[in-house]
Amino acid sequence: MADAVPILRMVNLTKQFGRLVAVNDVTLDITEGEFFTIVGPSGSGKTTLLRMLGGLEKPTAGDIYLRDERVNGVPANRRPTCMVFQSLALFNHKTVGQNIEFSLKMRGESRRARRERGLSLMKLVQLPEDYYDRSVTKCSGGERQRVALARALASDPDILFFDEPLSAIDYRLRKLLEVELKDLHRTTGKTFVYITHSLEEAMVMSDRIGIMQEGRLIQIGSPNEIYLQPRNKFVSEFMGEVNTLAVQAGANGGIDCPDFDRSFTSPARPEGFAAGYLVIRPESMRFLSDPSEAENHIAGSLFNEYALGSRVQYHVSAGDMMFVVEKLREQAYQGALNDDVLIGWDAKDSVLVTD
Amino acid sequence: MADRTQVPTPAIRQPGILWLLLGWLRSPGVLSATPVLVFFVIGFVGPLVIVLGFSFTPPRTFDLGGTFTTENYKHIFTESYYISFIWSFALAGLTVACNLLIGYPIAYGLSKLFGRWAAPVMLVLVIPLFVSENVRLFGWYIFLIKGGGILAGGLKTAFGIDTGTLLFQPGTVLMAMIYVYLPFTLFPMVLGLSMVPRDQVEASRDLGASRFQIFREVELPIAMPGILIGALLTFVLAVGAISEAKLLGGQNTPVIALDIQHEFTFAQNWPLGSAISVLTIVVTGILVVLVMRRLDLDRLLGRR
Repeated sequence: MADAVPILRMVNLTKQFGRLVAVNDVTLDITEGEFFTIVGPSGSGKTTLLRMLGGLEKPTAGDIYLRDERVNGVPANRRPTCMVFQSLALFNHKTVGQNIEFSLKMRGESRRARRERGLSLMKLVQLPEDYYDRSVTKCSGGERQRVALARALASDPDILFFDEPLSAIDYRLRKLLEVELKDLHRTTGKTFVYITHSLEEAMVMSDRIGIMQEGRLIQIGSPNEIYLQPRNKFVSEFMGEVNTLAVQAGANGGIDCPDFDRSFTSPARPEGFAAGYLVIRPESMRFLSDPSEAENHIAGSLFNEYALGSRVQYHVSAGDMMFVVEKLREQAYQGALNDDVLIGWDAKDSVLVTD
Repeated sequence: MADRTQVPTPAIRQPGILWLLLGWLRSPGVLSATPVLVFFVIGFVGPLVIVLGFSFTPPRTFDLGGTFTTENYKHIFTESYYISFIWSFALAGLTVACNLLIGYPIAYGLSKLFGRWAAPVMLVLVIPLFVSENVRLFGWYIFLIKGGGILAGGLKTAFGIDTGTLLFQPGTVLMAMIYVYLPFTLFPMVLGLSMVPRDQVEASRDLGASRFQIFREVELPIAMPGILIGALLTFVLAVGAISEAKLLGGQNTPVIALDIQHEFTFAQNWPLGSAISVLTIVVTGILVVLVMRRLDLDRLLGRR
């Protein structure tokens, strides 16, 4: 995969709406067959970026290359790409079959060929055959997702774009569809570019993830890299609940934490690190019976506990801060609320990030 | 479980039909519809029944107590009234067709392109409705009249072109009808086009549709209820149009409304006038029903 030709390249891509810079100087290569997810909070410019890639929006500056061909001004109907919209944008006045076959009809394919392809796509996305003549307005949320997916796949596009299609779906169905989508990526072998505001969703599905903040792509990496080595505080906090301590570079390679007026042993320090944050994941935090059990420790009291099914989460108050500790259910902390507890972590389980 | 089946179901007393009717009459829906219902009966159903009654009385009678006869209808079918019917329905049909062609681009602009300019444009289109139709038609009259007319006179003074009279021609009547009835086609059309979701247009484009294919496959089907209502409204009004023909058409456009007016006033033959009216209503009604069956009012009003 390393030296594969990128199927889609963005070079210094920028989009402005009036004075608002929605997408700011994004440069990114997407490899053929990859599942790439762009993650960012709402308003970070990820939808605008995707719309430019799909040809629904023209870039203000920069270039988009599709297989080494510059496609900046090519309209959406002439690009070999297809989008699954957030709203799905199904044609409510048409049946399931007519929706799926729309792109084939536009190309002027025969009725029989269309039907054949339509039915095979319905099979691929696990829609029952008798839905073919059903109105899409009679379909459930999950079924509509599948229709939208089949419709996007019908024209056999090189790249599929997804604009948060699962955001309006309830949790259980979403989990199911995430897995199905990833499986579909395997079976079709197509390039998927997906955007979402949920890093959790991105983690499950993606080969690589790009994190967007205020129009910029601030970190690109595999789910593991992003999870283990977040580049800054924004990325680390976007991952879900983490413990963040404001720290400064201290003497002897250690780091000073003014909030607790003490030093901690430091993980690998980024070059030129002066001040920033020490990030410790909840599952890296441990309850200690003795300070010597971990390289760093903090004393606090158990404020509350939350059962998360397979895990249990604890909030421990110490100083002005609330620490989050997570344990597997089998290793749950045995004790009562308001217990004085000692929590700690090893330096290797923590990460230093800048602002 | 077995013994539960033994428990007799308690008898529920069925309310009488009178109670049901009373309950229905007291429901908020019926209560709030009552004023409209009363006006509807007094102002619409009543006169219609009277006209229907008169159409079956002998010619030139002025009370409903006379003998029943179908003579008036026979008269219509044996005489040349069909000419007036053809004129009216042809003019109305042409008006609808022209208004659809003229209205669509404007409606599209109003609902999709003009943005914050949509309101001023809409206002410009609405303002003429504040002026009486007859006044506006007299304006056209002055504009088009031979010699001293603004258009004919102006052309002659400026360029020496003699247009002759532009009045009293079917084309002039058609133009006036297009002008008068455009808003009735346009506004429902705007409503219909504004129901076309932007994302569906984008999706169809993304799926490879050309501009015309988007129009045919997405915009037109979704906007169709609004377009049909506009066309229907215009057609019904245009069939009954009289002022345009009278003022600008002279004797050259004998529309059906002129015939009806003639029978009720000059000829003093109410029964014949009534019969022509009833026939017009029936023909128009059939067309309306045919179109309405294709309509989904709920969707247009956004209930679904």
